[in-house]
Amino acid sequence: MANRTEVLVDPIFNNNPIALQVLGICSALAVTISMSQTLVMCAAVIFVTTMSNLAVSLVRNRVPTNIRIIVQMTIIASLVIVVDQVLQAVAYDISKSLSVFVGLIITNCIVMGRAEAFAMQNGPMLSALDGLGNALGYSVILIGVALIREPLGAGTLMGYEILPTVSNGGWYQSNGMLLLSPSAFFIIGFFIWGIRAWKSEQVEEPEYEIADNVQYREAM
Amino acid sequence: MAEFDKDSLRNTFIVALLLCLVCSVIVSGIAVALKPQQQANKALDQKQNILRAAGLLPQNSNVSEDGRTVNELFAEFSVHVVDLETGEYLEEIDADSFDPIRAAKDPAMSIALSAEQDIATLRRRENVSLVYIKREEGRLAKLVIPVRGYGLWGTLFGYLALDADLQTISGLGFYSHRETPGLGGEVDNPRWKQTWPGVQLFDLESGEPAVQLVKRRLPESNPGSSYEVDALSGATFTTRGVQNLVNFWTGDLGFGPFIARLKATSAT
Repeated sequence: MANRTEVLVDPIFNNNPIALQVLGICSALAVTISMSQTLVMCAAVIFVTTMSNLAVSLVRNRVPTNIRIIVQMTIIASLVIVVDQVLQAVAYDISKSLSVFVGLIITNCIVMGRAEAFAMQNGPMLSALDGLGNALGYSVILIGVALIREPLGAGTLMGYEILPTVSNGGWYQSNGMLLLSPSAFFIIGFFIWGIRAWKSEQVEEPEYEIADNVQYREAM
Repeated sequence: MAEFDKDSLRNTFIVALLLCLVCSVIVSGIAVALKPQQQANKALDQKQNILRAAGLLPQNSNVSEDGRTVNELFAEFSVHVVDLETGEYLEEIDADSFDPIRAAKDPAMSIALSAEQDIATLRRRENVSLVYIKREEGRLAKLVIPVRGYGLWGTLFGYLALDADLQTISGLGFYSHRETPGLGGEVDNPRWKQTWPGVQLFDLESGEPAVQLVKRRLPESNPGSSYEVDALSGATFTTRGVQNLVNFWTGDLGFGPFIARLKATSAT
């Protein structure tokens, strides 16, 4: 049986769901435009992943193999609706700006992936910790991306102005590209580079070597 | 474990049924329990949008500059149901539960617009709508009307506020739109919104709404410049949509008859 701390801490840097498994980057692109949205999204994913892993693990010995994916989906979807409803009640403005992305946690590959890959084989306690760890790994990357995108893209952090932009009479010419989703791809790419430079065991073996260019030799 | 077969047909049905039951109880329980709070949030949000359009509430804060809350500010407004055809108040419809946007989808409560009438691309227009009026010492101080119209990607929903003379615009704000961020999405830019207050709405000769969003404004000495607002660069369709929706909703098919009546009554 795996060590509990290892299950919790491993996904944060050693086996990060975004940086190593490259899962769940769809929402990482969409919500990292502002820090407050990102934090709410992270809290929602932490809740859903932990609870869904716990619930799936509790029923794992009872669930027939041929409907297990549907069972997992139903549990995850119910939890996501709960989160969405709570957000609409307590944080209306943020739930409006997150709009469809809370609902899209259902399709977040991390939630589904951990339920199928871990919670179906492990006990409730360990599964909940695994869910929490993976969601924390997701959150670390998202917060990092938002920390770059919001100040440089809009000149604000958590809605407070830190770099006065030209359009508001300041000096900072904001970088419009960082407000668009593709910029998160670049930032996540740099994060993956950074993590793999730090932990070189994450670098994947090349699947094949490109042979020398034959024509080139002939030309010589 | 020989006696328990989790893959049997019986167990499959039992698990599916129980799962559906438990999940639906949780989901509906939460939805019912939180509904009052959610509705309160929606109502508050609507009030904020109206106050922001009227320039009484800052764009990024929930309290006014003198520290009054949304509900205190909104208490100065009265909501009226208006028949758009005649411009008269309708007392028999409850303003709190009436939704003009839903009414526009109901053939019994709306009219179809022909292509040349339908400059804001609405397809149908409700027969009855809402207006928000702020009075000071019994006299009209501000009128806020709901406006909507098609931009580039979707319908823009917002509020247009007029000053006491019903000729000067005191603000325009959108609470929902799908325009491109950075281009058409600049309809939310506070600096652009600041160019709206003071713009003249009706042409003094024809009496028709005459707001224009233009690339290059006339010199200020030209009387025509008082009807002009700077267009948004790189957003031709959004700009055209905004111009059309303002002129549609203040025109004869919109709140024009009501504004004319209000002008006549407040003049006496």
